[in-house]
Amino acid sequence: MTAKAETTQVYRVYIKASPEAIWDAITKPEWTERYGYTGLVDFDLRPGGAYKVRPTEAFKKESEANFGGELPEVIIDGEVLEADPPRKLVHTFRMLMDPGMAAEPHTRLTYEIKELDDKVCSLTLTHELEGAPNLASLVRGDQEEYGAGGGHAWVLSELKTLLETGKVFAE
Amino acid sequence: MLPRVNDDDAVFKALADPTRRFLLDLLFERDGRTLTELESELEMTRFGVMKHLRVLEESGLVVTQRSGREKLHYLNPVPIRLIHDRWIDKFRERHVSALTELKTKLEES
Repeated sequence: MTAKAETTQVYRVYIKASPEAIWDAITKPEWTERYGYTGLVDFDLRPGGAYKVRPTEAFKKESEANFGGELPEVIIDGEVLEADPPRKLVHTFRMLMDPGMAAEPHTRLTYEIKELDDKVCSLTLTHELEGAPNLASLVRGDQEEYGAGGGHAWVLSELKTLLETGKVFAE
Repeated sequence: MLPRVNDDDAVFKALADPTRRFLLDLLFERDGRTLTELESELEMTRFGVMKHLRVLEESGLVVTQRSGREKLHYLNPVPIRLIHDRWIDKFRERHVSALTELKTKLEES
């Protein structure tokens, strides 16, 4: 048993959609603003390329209404390590909205899309979170009752709903 | 066998057994365990534990990953989340949440 295995989280969801549609829903801001945390992703999809997430205007307004302060322009940052569309994406990830999480080291996310029969794909998300207990708690959905969203399981559930029905529950 | 897209039956069936719920509790406590590690927590043959793990894997509640020679077992909460979102949220107004509320909460405490 290694610390790495213990601090890694693995999620899998089966989606009735093409690998290309799933890839787009993960890597394009016009898709990512429609589910989960609604952050606008900005991927430079090559090894060493930048990964940034910016808040939508609605998210910004809500945040400012709630606590007055201004959100940073980039709320998540990282670096692309591997991009093999539409099969595999590996990038680093650091949350900048909260000082406790911003002080933690970059974590590592791997998305793997596999086409099965029946036009169904599996999407597996592996998040290696060594040294980042605050972020680990957030993405596990532990803080959902405080309004912090349900983490990866919630995001993937919404992603599936959006791709299969064209909308999410909140829309 | 792979889980079907919306196979709630397989999830409920997998959850309807105390040993399998115990295995999920073990992984919730500490994720990424090997068969040997899980087996040591149960009064059961290795074969019995494997059988239960297979049911959990087929339902999607457990996902395995290879790490060198070892097979690590991870708890996958997505199938339960899907049931929650489809069956429970349907009956109440969805609370749209934001990280900002977490920030407020953390700063208050």
